[in-house]
Amino acid sequence: MREKRPARREFLRNGAALAGGFTLSAAAPALGQRAPAQPPMIKGERQGEIAYGARSKYVTSARIPHGGRPSPDNFGLTFHVATPLQDQVGVITPSSLHYFATTRGAFLPDIDPGQHTLMIHGLVDRPLTFTVDDLKRLPSVTRLHFIECAGNRASRRAKTVQETHGMTSNAEWTGVLLSTLLKECGVKGSAKWFVAEGAEEVKGASSMPVAKAMDDCMIAYGMNGEAVRPQNGFPLRLMVPGFEGIFHTKWLQRIKLVDTYYMNYNDFGHLHEGKQDNRVAALAYQIGPKSVITFPSGEQRLPGKGFYEIRGLAWSGGGAIKQVEVSTDGGKKWNKAQFQGTPQRMAHCLFTYAWQWDGSQTEIMSRCVDEVGQAQPTREQIAKYWNKTFDQTFSVPGLDNSVQPWRIAKDGSVTNGFA
Amino acid sequence: MASRRVLPIAFSLLMSVPVLAQGPTYGIGRTPTAEEIRARDISIGPTGVELPPGKGSAKEGALAYRSKGCAGCHGANGIGGPAPILKSKDPANPSVWARGRILPLRAPFATTVWDYINRGMPLNREGTLTPDEVYGLTAYLLFINGVIPEDQVLDQQNLAAVKMPLGDNYAPLPDWKPRTPRLKGYPY
Repeated sequence: MREKRPARREFLRNGAALAGGFTLSAAAPALGQRAPAQPPMIKGERQGEIAYGARSKYVTSARIPHGGRPSPDNFGLTFHVATPLQDQVGVITPSSLHYFATTRGAFLPDIDPGQHTLMIHGLVDRPLTFTVDDLKRLPSVTRLHFIECAGNRASRRAKTVQETHGMTSNAEWTGVLLSTLLKECGVKGSAKWFVAEGAEEVKGASSMPVAKAMDDCMIAYGMNGEAVRPQNGFPLRLMVPGFEGIFHTKWLQRIKLVDTYYMNYNDFGHLHEGKQDNRVAALAYQIGPKSVITFPSGEQRLPGKGFYEIRGLAWSGGGAIKQVEVSTDGGKKWNKAQFQGTPQRMAHCLFTYAWQWDGSQTEIMSRCVDEVGQAQPTREQIAKYWNKTFDQTFSVPGLDNSVQPWRIAKDGSVTNGFA
Repeated sequence: MASRRVLPIAFSLLMSVPVLAQGPTYGIGRTPTAEEIRARDISIGPTGVELPPGKGSAKEGALAYRSKGCAGCHGANGIGGPAPILKSKDPANPSVWARGRILPLRAPFATTVWDYINRGMPLNREGTLTPDEVYGLTAYLLFINGVIPEDQVLDQQNLAAVKMPLGDNYAPLPDWKPRTPRLKGYPY
């Protein structure tokens, strides 16, 4: 019986396919045409198709090292790798393609979740240690959130959207709110900051305001419907929605409540010159409103004039995206784009815009506004704000959230508008 | 697992501050021992309160710099290896910011230098240095950058008091508030 079952299922499935999706081809012989050839079959497990759903061998989209440094390198150390946004379908980045970065070249910790704990201590009434199972017993939240590395900036040399914008990804995260844990511990009034620390070799640590902890930080154990992946912090990752990626402490094992900015090594990297002018420092936490067209984008090619659905992603560290506009004439006229689904707070949202290309050379770009009214700027606008000359040497202070133009040539080839 | 939480402690805390205390809601998690907290409490704040006992000078640190393999990656005297440089190539420049992003020079607190050596070095043998070695290496790096004299001994008591060249010449991070722009009026 056992062996017969799959065959029967196969039969039923084929029958259903004939009755449903393949009706056109099924009808073809009646019109005197040849039936399409049967595709070759995957027999049993070839590379994990059945037990863990490997993708088609014809789909080869992959992460690439960011910034030209191999990852892993000859020693097995991992560095930054970027998400292939040009290939993404929909709003969720598959866990296998989620970008990741390391504060320093690092091996991936191979953590036994049964041995891992999170300790919360410092300026609290009751220090507490939680096992991963403890955390899973507590009230949970499931939220869509992006993470973006502060180094996610387009250069003139970058060719694809993976190179210009691939250090951001979007996943559905499940976990317990940090505020839930902090209420269990009882935070003292003198606690103004907290230090979060991971379990990797350098025990990467960052200081963050307690106001953020109480607002929306989450200890995530779930990612896109399964456990968080090792490169994204298995078994526990601190989510700090809308803050720069480095704050989202991976392999989280400790949170200490303190009364002052702790100036850990990760924090030291956020320092800027100028005691009087803290405008640059103000850009150091929260990611600004940002959007980018992922189709058509760099290195892609339009086969000819006619209809195209322009697609892209928009997000902000300030909240949900309120509006996205697309220009197909180099920024002269802006047209409202459509959202596919409802934009979530601190999450990528998908936008589309229906376009008829007349075959002439042009530049396409997108811009967005978020729920607190912040608008995505062009590089010229940012340069003007800082009283700097806008030229090839201008670098956007803080995270670069400037408008990304893509140039479309008459032959349909798409290139970086900054090149 | 010890019933996760020492309930009597939580209970007595509740009783002792009946008006302000916010008791636990779920009773999940257990109280770590003082030893467990001490073992993990490695982030050294600007006051140095978490520093362990120990001491070291630049001379001792120079020996550790060679014997622990630091020179292999950071160069014989803090310059010239594949890893980030630890000594400015432009030591005469009056602007600390212009002398490069060098931890023992640009960190506003000597505790940050101690902390990073302690948690992050040497590569692939992190956490193997003794407190004395970390005090010595900190002293050595501060000495080669002209921050302290060669014979100064750093210890648990005086490390946080070292006057760093950056002083307070850096932009303080502003208060963060939810549902506000990251910088008012940016870009206009």
